[in-house]
Amino acid sequence: MNYEKRTFSGGTHIQDFKEFTNSLETQEAKAPAKVYIPMSMHIGAPSKPLVAVGDLVKMGQKIGESQGFVSVPAHASVSGKVIGFKQLPVPNGRMADCVVIENDFKDEWLEGLIQPEQNPQALDAKEIGARVLEAGIVGMGGATFPSHVKYAPSKEGKKADHIILNGIECEPFLTADHRIMLERPERIIAGLKYMMKLADCPKGVIAIEENKMDAFELMIRLTEQDSTIETIVCKEKYPQGSEKQLINAVTGREVPPGGLPMDVNVIVNNVGTAAAVADAVEFRRPLIDRIVTLNGNGIVRPMNYRVRIGTLYKDLIEENGEVIGDIVKVISGGPMMGFAVYTMEIPVMKGTSGILVFNEESQVLKREEEGPCVRCARCVDACPMGLEPTTIVKAAKRRDWAKTKACDVTSCIECGSCAYVCPSMIPLVHYIRLAKQYVTSKDGNGAVNPFLV
Amino acid sequence: MIQAIVILAVMGGIFGAVLAVASKKLAVETDPRVDEVLSVLPGANCGACGFPGCAGLANAIVNEGAPINACVPGKEKVAKEIAAIMGLNAAPETVRKVAQLHCNGTFDNTKPLYEYKGVMDCHLAVTQFGGPSYCYYGCIGLGSCEQVCPFDAIHIGENRLPVVDTSACVGCGICANQCPQKILQIVPINKQVHVRCNNRDKGKKAMDTCKVSCISCGICVKNCPEGAITLLESKAGSVAVIDYDKCTSCGICVAKCPRKSIHLDPPIDPELTICEQPKEPEGCAACAAKSVCGLH
Repeated sequence: MNYEKRTFSGGTHIQDFKEFTNSLETQEAKAPAKVYIPMSMHIGAPSKPLVAVGDLVKMGQKIGESQGFVSVPAHASVSGKVIGFKQLPVPNGRMADCVVIENDFKDEWLEGLIQPEQNPQALDAKEIGARVLEAGIVGMGGATFPSHVKYAPSKEGKKADHIILNGIECEPFLTADHRIMLERPERIIAGLKYMMKLADCPKGVIAIEENKMDAFELMIRLTEQDSTIETIVCKEKYPQGSEKQLINAVTGREVPPGGLPMDVNVIVNNVGTAAAVADAVEFRRPLIDRIVTLNGNGIVRPMNYRVRIGTLYKDLIEENGEVIGDIVKVISGGPMMGFAVYTMEIPVMKGTSGILVFNEESQVLKREEEGPCVRCARCVDACPMGLEPTTIVKAAKRRDWAKTKACDVTSCIECGSCAYVCPSMIPLVHYIRLAKQYVTSKDGNGAVNPFLV
Repeated sequence: MIQAIVILAVMGGIFGAVLAVASKKLAVETDPRVDEVLSVLPGANCGACGFPGCAGLANAIVNEGAPINACVPGKEKVAKEIAAIMGLNAAPETVRKVAQLHCNGTFDNTKPLYEYKGVMDCHLAVTQFGGPSYCYYGCIGLGSCEQVCPFDAIHIGENRLPVVDTSACVGCGICANQCPQKILQIVPINKQVHVRCNNRDKGKKAMDTCKVSCISCGICVKNCPEGAITLLESKAGSVAVIDYDKCTSCGICVAKCPRKSIHLDPPIDPELTICEQPKEPEGCAACAAKSVCGLH
């Protein structure tokens, strides 16, 4: 069948490297002997620990209470004993307080959880919202924005008329969303239904990129009876999965600079989030595990794993097998927007969609020295936000921050398309981040060490 | 022909009269001293005084009562000249100030945490675990201070730490403000004792981080006869800091410090401590230096 393929203007085509893992079934990763559960796995205020050293905890037990509105609780992902608190590095460049739980390998759920709701359809929006918050659900695409906040009534009384489920997964290597769409499609659709009820929204859209036609056809088959849900296919183009670009492709609307999707009456959530919402509403199952793509040329068996939150990267990679060669780079997330990390002693968090391990033979990471700008304007064509990266970067190089502000540097979504297409290998996003620091810092002096404040 | 001449002559007369009246009625009174003050200021527009350029400072001195010694690079000489214009007594000769680095985390003393790749700017590196050095609080060494110094007075040395050229430094404080670790401080040049550490970790962790780290033991605090040293508390931990108003550079703390993180600098020739004539700033005069110039 032929479907209309939607897209946005700008962007670039990137080799997707998804063939390693997209046809392999997701495996259950062994629960590790110790889990390290960070108290800030989400955007917003960190959770406050509810347990003390020596406490026995069950699976799904709340161990961190949310602090404030933009915050979510944290739950134990194994049953066992709390043996301490430890500061561990997390991919965003900070340290997070973690609760360390020693696993007793009994996997006992807390009483009252994992019991199917008798009549989930009868639940009202308020109850659904409460269960989403209680389960600690955040956006699982990587931004980890607390989900209940998106569905809270907006101050201006705006109402969503589209809920878009993001099944694009435009980052190379990652196939976590692809696999969940193939393996748990009915949970995703059920989750979307609850989201629509929660936001009192008449229409749900599932958007899938054209390199996942099997998932698209499955979704079409499952939703064709339902007039409220539409499944659409988008062109394979990076960054199709970015929130603003996806809204533009699906509805034709443009989110104003500095605005949120709600400003154009849209809510966007990841497909993984929808499945987690369905589990939370029907089974009161908190978010204690997620699918993580393990890939890169340093990995023996590239694979998707269902991993307990708080598992160290090290443990997961050990389970997979010996790494190949000298590891030179480990990326948390995708290669375009993920974070390079310096150690494998980092816990899997709610937003960890992939772990990529590369050795020195990797062609993906090859990058030559920065050369002079040749004014080809490929970055201008590639920018999905309609900015002029070359102009911004020239101003940033001479530290003219007022000019970068005039060029609207704060609208940059840091997708990396410009740096990817640059024939002179200029790290454009890096300069843009520097400019953003100066433009947004209160005293105009750029960033200050986060450990000092 | 005559008609045209007459019309133009009459028009000229009318316009001339209007302009003559307007120039009397709408005249803006300017204080001639503003121009005089502006002529003695260095003209670097460095902004160290806190006013928008030298013209802004001249106006502020004459009309808003700004201090006559507000010009940092102009030092004593300019302050005296302004005092003469304004009919005031010049402030007593002041000791000039220079930037001091509160870190000694060289390659020999600490180790790298990771290899930093990308644009060489401390502000970018600091967001990743406080920089590529093993110490989260120490100097990153990518040279943002060197880039922003309008007087070419600070350079990254062999050991990756910045070295201040005290003869060129005018103490404008731009590097101290821009440093993401806040480890540069503007200090009177005749002060000889400095804490060369900013590490906030406690005891063992601080010891593991760097060979010459402050471990907040408090021995210097107890032994200082002037009570000039305190432990600066912050969320992350504490570090010893010197109150330079009280410090007499006696050097007792330097001898007592078990970690050798307090240093005694050699004394400075008293002649050199007095504010002297400023050096001409490098680069284009309109913007003080190439590194911050928007045009060159």
